[in-house]
Amino acid sequence: MPREDVMATETQLYTPSTAAARRTSGLRLSRRRVIHTSLTYALLLFGSVLLMVPFFWMLSTSLKTLAEVQTWPIVWIPSNAVWENYPAVFQKTPFARYIMNSLVIAIGGIIGTLIGSSLAGFGFARLRFPGRNVLFFLNLTTLMLPAWVVIVPHFMMFSAVGWLDTYLPFIVPAFFGNAFYIFLFRQWFMGVPGELEDAARIDGCSTFRIFAQIFMPLAKPVIATVAIFAFFYYWNDLLYPLVYLQSQMKFPVSLGLRMFQTANAGVVDMPKMMAASMMALLPCVVIFFFAQRLFVQGVVMTGVEK
Amino acid sequence: MALRIRMPKTKMARREAMEGYLFILPWILGFLIFRLGPMLYSLFLSFTDYAARGAPQFIGLENYTYMFTKDPRFLDSLRSTLAFVVGYLPLNLALGLAIALLMNQRVRGITGFRAIYYLPAVTSGVAVAILWQFVFHKQWGILNAILSVFGAQPIGWLVDPKWVMVAFVIMSIWGVGGSMIIYLAGLQSIPTELYESASIDGANGVRKFWHITLPMLTPTIFFVLITGLIAAFQIFESAYIMTGGGPNYATYFFGLNIYFTAFQSLRFAYASTLAWMLFAIIAALTIFVFTTSRRWVFYAGAREDA
Repeated sequence: MPREDVMATETQLYTPSTAAARRTSGLRLSRRRVIHTSLTYALLLFGSVLLMVPFFWMLSTSLKTLAEVQTWPIVWIPSNAVWENYPAVFQKTPFARYIMNSLVIAIGGIIGTLIGSSLAGFGFARLRFPGRNVLFFLNLTTLMLPAWVVIVPHFMMFSAVGWLDTYLPFIVPAFFGNAFYIFLFRQWFMGVPGELEDAARIDGCSTFRIFAQIFMPLAKPVIATVAIFAFFYYWNDLLYPLVYLQSQMKFPVSLGLRMFQTANAGVVDMPKMMAASMMALLPCVVIFFFAQRLFVQGVVMTGVEK
Repeated sequence: MALRIRMPKTKMARREAMEGYLFILPWILGFLIFRLGPMLYSLFLSFTDYAARGAPQFIGLENYTYMFTKDPRFLDSLRSTLAFVVGYLPLNLALGLAIALLMNQRVRGITGFRAIYYLPAVTSGVAVAILWQFVFHKQWGILNAILSVFGAQPIGWLVDPKWVMVAFVIMSIWGVGGSMIIYLAGLQSIPTELYESASIDGANGVRKFWHITLPMLTPTIFFVLITGLIAAFQIFESAYIMTGGGPNYATYFFGLNIYFTAFQSLRFAYASTLAWMLFAIIAALTIFVFTTSRRWVFYAGAREDA
């Protein structure tokens, strides 16, 4: 843009009429730009409103009385916010217990995932061994394997070792790494300059020390990204708790919500159900807003480098 | 796959190779114990009559012939899953790209918009499904309330077989931010010089889109297509929570069919047959997309075929 201005002033010295013409065309261009930008904003805003309506509906319903839920036309904003719906969830269900259980599963799973995936990611990225590429390709193909194919054998396996109704089926497999996170770690470790590694080797560092004390500290962004992705996964997962857990006191939030839902079929206790759902979503929303950059980073690493 | 392992000659390289195997050892064990082993075992089960007790008896192709010729539920799940994929996938591809293009312009407040659009994609699970169940509620739901402003009659979104698939597509498209964010990353990796030189050559916006943006974005489109395909075929949670497969098996997706067959009817063998069928469909389509990708995916820096 500034360059055009310079050109305009230069021409002005010689032919004022063309300069004027240029200036008006520039003005017309900027008017078109204004229309263009406002249209963009209008569309983006419209979409934002559409996307936020369900969240709004959730919040609004969670603060209503039963009577307000069952009226037509619908009540958009409750006249009196019934905050009691939230503590009531803890009285009607062992919700605090569910949250604790979810945290145990998530933290155990995250620790396992980080250890297993970073080790394999480092091996695939920095160490040369025969069959490396084939094995890494094999790792990627497992991303395509639907969980449905292995769920029955997994169930039989964990049943055989007596792990049903414990958290072991969630946590132990995590330590063996996850195909997608191995990929993320590998991509990151490949980008670390070799000089660092060479210098450490000359100093007599073992490979494991190089991994643990040089590469892992450098990989903080990936560690954070993987930890967050894994947290979301374990926090939201329904299928495996459904298959592996039996006693209600061991249920995570996802399965607890499901229990709540089947116990209150229909709209019977919609406000409290929405209050419970709000609380189930809250950790994810908070983490998302604090770690948005990491999310985007994780996506960029996978999507673009293909 | 024959793995010809040629051990390296020098002592140092051999040491590095051994360490490499050590680092990926957890992954190799995990791959054998939790992926390859269970996969083969479920394939074996699919040729037996195993129903959670006794020993599996080999019955040849009986499960498969039953599936193809007699089982009405198999057709239900095939029909509903395909309908969902066909309804959701192209819309997700196109809308995600459209929003990403809109957002890729230099507008202020882009991070805010990006967060709003991306948020629904990262929130998932039971809480969201319960929320949508209430959004779609025929009498008290907010969707019908909004539509009634335009004079529409209330729709039984989740109870009317004609509308239930539309409801699932709407709910899934709510998460379009997931593909948008990948597109956005792809768009931002297109070198600006391409656009600059096109401008000098007098290309307008439309031409730039068709001749630069779209070709440069084909790897991203490919990625979104493949991952979307694999995920869409495995839809489970939302249907399990919102409809349980109804009305009249209209949303009896493959995942639900496998889950109910395995863990309610305890027909482990037949569930494995269904799972392998799903796997075969996903694998065939993925391979098909991969083989066509040579014709339409353009990799910058790759050698052009003459």
